Amino acid sequence: MSHKSQSTRRIFAWPALIAVLSAAGLFAALLGDGMWDVLAWVGLGVSAGLGLSGFWRR
Amino acid sequence: MKSQTIRRWSAIHTWSSLVCTLFLLLLALTGLPLIFHHELEHLLGDAPELREMPAGTPHLDLQQLVLKAEQHRPGEVMQYFGYEEDEPNGVVTIMAATAGTHPDDSHTFMLDARTGEAVAMPAANGGFMMLMLRLHVDMFAGLPGKLLLAFMGVLFIVAIVSGTVLYAPFMRRLRFATVRHDKSRRLRWLDLHNLIGVVTLTWALVVGVTGVISALSDLVIAAWRNDSLAAMVAPYRDAPPLTERAPATQLLKIAEQAAPGMRPDFIAFPGTRFSSEHHYAVFMNGATNLTSHLFTPILIDARTLEVTAVGERPWYMDAMGLSQPLHFGDYGGRPMQILWAVLDGLTIIVLGSGLYLWWGKQRKAREVRA
Repeated sequence: MSHKSQSTRRIFAWPALIAVLSAAGLFAALLGDGMWDVLAWVGLGVSAGLGLSGFWRR
Repeated sequence: MKSQTIRRWSAIHTWSSLVCTLFLLLLALTGLPLIFHHELEHLLGDAPELREMPAGTPHLDLQQLVLKAEQHRPGEVMQYFGYEEDEPNGVVTIMAATAGTHPDDSHTFMLDARTGEAVAMPAANGGFMMLMLRLHVDMFAGLPGKLLLAFMGVLFIVAIVSGTVLYAPFMRRLRFATVRHDKSRRLRWLDLHNLIGVVTLTWALVVGVTGVISALSDLVIAAWRNDSLAAMVAPYRDAPPLTERAPATQLLKIAEQAAPGMRPDFIAFPGTRFSSEHHYAVFMNGATNLTSHLFTPILIDARTLEVTAVGERPWYMDAMGLSQPLHFGDYGGRPMQILWAVLDGLTIIVLGSGLYLWWGKQRKAREVRA
């Protein structure tokens, strides 16, 4: 834990990037198969993977 | 953010989540098997199995199939023929006592397009998967059930938005994805709730919004009937009731000529919810990935077989069409289904941990008072 308070922009930087990746993934698979599906798996995979990673003690 | 603002958002988050959590848990749990409904139907032996025949065996024409269906269920009438991409030799057939009978009371089976043989589709008429579907769609309560679930979906969206606002004050002094495993159990679950909630934000919002749209489908279809369909069949307002129906034989050819390059998805027979009293309606999909989820109805006079209208696609019908894949996660192969299941499981964890955190706070407040 750091004792310095972070700005709102900083707090939402990672979540915003993940949100954009997920949205791109959700949309990509609608556009086509093959590469488009792979894009969707990556986009949603980041979100699912990070969610699961919370259970892993570092 | 001022502490009073935080308190307000916190109240919004608490109450919107508390009211919808039990319903959302039901939806997330019943949704899990529904993601894999195709696979599970095969596993349970509930999927229609057509007999082996040489490839390229010719198909019967549509009117022959209508007659076979009527022989199979005497006393009932045709409602729909539907086409499935993964079973090109089968035609999904839906019949009921009258054309206008509610879909919940219809009977669904598959006709082998080569022989006209009727093959049962148990999953479409009952059994475990149907139980999951009905619990998920309307809790066996019809339109009121769907509207209630739509409202719970709206509360879920409110909970997601307010939760995102509250994420900031909680994370002021924590780095992204920090989970304090070594502090109290409560802090650990608070961090997990915040982390999982924020990384699954987009997915949960999309599945929530498309779920609400799907739950309102009865209203969307009613709007389409009153608006788009009524305009298309206006010239028939004073026409005498249909007594003799022209054979269905050429319907697909007629529809394909009216909408070149498109593919038939289903045929609605006269008198059903998706057609008029005087028309066959062939619903066509586009050929691209995106437009394959959008429907263009071709209205064919059921007496003369003339095409009387090629429907426009009102925005709300397109929204409903696109909501289907985005809600079910069935448009990106097996890996997407698995991701959908993982994200669904993570949502269950967010719901459960939210309930745990609320309960813990209540208990603490009581102890302080005591």
